[in-house]
Amino acid sequence: MLAEWQYIGIFVALSPIFPLAPVVLNRLLGPHRPNPIKQQTYECGIETVGDTWIQFKVQYYIYALVFVVFDIEAVFLFPIAAAFGQLDLFAIGAAVLFIFLLSDGLIYAWSRGVLEWV
Amino acid sequence: MNILDLLKSLLSLSLGDFIRRNFGTGPGTELLIDLGGVVILSTFCLLIVIFLIWLTRKIVARMQDRIGPNRVGGRFGLLQTVADVMKLLSKEVIHPAGADWVAFNAAPLLIVISALLMWAVMPFAPGVIGVNLNIGVFYILAISSASVMVILLAGWGSNNKYALLGAFRAVAQMVSYEVPMILALLVPIILASTMSTEGIIAAQTLPFILFAPVSALIFFVSSLAETGRTPFDLLEAESEIVAGFHIEYSGMKFGMFFLAEFLNTLFMSGLVVTLYLGGYRFFGLENWVSADGYPYGRLIGLAAFFAKTFLLYFIYDWIRGTLPRVRVDQILNFNWKFLVPLSLALVFFVAIVDKLIPPGTNVVVRMTIHLLLNILIAAVALELLRRRGRQNRLAMSAGGGSGGVEAVAGHGGGHDDHGHDGPQPIEDVPDVLDTPLGAREPVVIPVH
Repeated sequence: MLAEWQYIGIFVALSPIFPLAPVVLNRLLGPHRPNPIKQQTYECGIETVGDTWIQFKVQYYIYALVFVVFDIEAVFLFPIAAAFGQLDLFAIGAAVLFIFLLSDGLIYAWSRGVLEWV
Repeated sequence: MNILDLLKSLLSLSLGDFIRRNFGTGPGTELLIDLGGVVILSTFCLLIVIFLIWLTRKIVARMQDRIGPNRVGGRFGLLQTVADVMKLLSKEVIHPAGADWVAFNAAPLLIVISALLMWAVMPFAPGVIGVNLNIGVFYILAISSASVMVILLAGWGSNNKYALLGAFRAVAQMVSYEVPMILALLVPIILASTMSTEGIIAAQTLPFILFAPVSALIFFVSSLAETGRTPFDLLEAESEIVAGFHIEYSGMKFGMFFLAEFLNTLFMSGLVVTLYLGGYRFFGLENWVSADGYPYGRLIGLAAFFAKTFLLYFIYDWIRGTLPRVRVDQILNFNWKFLVPLSLALVFFVAIVDKLIPPGTNVVVRMTIHLLLNILIAAVALELLRRRGRQNRLAMSAGGGSGGVEAVAGHGGGHDDHGHDGPQPIEDVPDVLDTPLGAREPVVIPVH
């Protein structure tokens, strides 16, 4: 089984070459004459005001938090689904209960108004 | 070892078997085969994008009543993309002031790497697959979630407000749509009882779209959002935030984002084909082996796979050419309040029903039961949606001034008295900071 991952290992090791080659070629072929005006941050013709790296709206963060719950759920559900043929009804019942608990989490988040875009 | 043998195995897509026959099956040979496989697969992926870009431009142009590329390379402009690549190669790469050097330069490389690595488990024909991992689908999910991080890296590293907005939208959208995607993916895995992509194809004596049309539809919609295509192309909405996360990129670095987008779309078409449309299966012809032992049927399998994949790709382009963009709150509401509950219910019922069907049941009977279950779930979901929509409409018309349309209409009376046509201020703007959880973070950038 480990031998299968040899292919992935080679792929991971070699894959940076494919995007790197055109980027390096571009650097060699293209002109390189930087000046301060050319390098200014783009913003619809006006000069940019202040720093970009600032505090940001919290709403995005809450969506990410709800996502984490479901992502962890997936890690548990995938093995159950893959072994589905060999499981008995009781094991499926446990998995179904697990899905039910997660839906409960979604309903809770929904009722608290977390999923409202403000 | 002779030339005819080599040609025959090349033609029947079994070069690996040829090498094993002639050089033994030692670890060195396997390393050589894997190395060759990686180079062939990556080169194929990078070259097919040249064709894909031409195809998309041609299809979208026809839908918009234009001709599309028609000068470079003959009547059909076949070499247009090659010319574009030449142009990109000769452009100056601008490095914006104040950009994070590492993040800015790493993002274009990483996004192509993550787009390429997914292809390792894509089955093109029987036996023609990078590697048949036993956790194939899980591997795809793991790699595809990495691209969210890369987009955030690109948006954050550019030191540009548009880029940052695009990146945050991308994270909110892609992270949200990953949930129904994962849940919809569970259905074919349950039906096939395996996570290997070849195993899932082997289990599809009848294509899984007949078993689980709702799951296929959820997966298709989520894959639209995951690849950031219309109607979910908010992350690069050019009319609002110019180009989103790749606004500061130029030359071939921009080209890398472009390449990854097209590669991801083709991959998603291929994945839908693999999971729901039977992949390379074509009435058993794909397993045909000639009298002298060469599996020429693989060619039929390859043709079937690409025919189905490009049909799906055409549908992606069709949607791109037809649908307008939706708003960010609509996107997220549709996901969290419709797709996620629906896919949860789907997994819930499919797991129970499939277990209740006795193991030896005829596949047609099993398919019919699943199909009826899917139709039932879809009908209930649509009925709930309809009632919800009616409630909303009633609440809007009963609420008087609370609805946005009424608010504008209510002020419309003062229009003529003032004697000018300037837009009237809408006074019923909801308090942006009045969130139910009491979030009181200072809002610095106005977000829509």
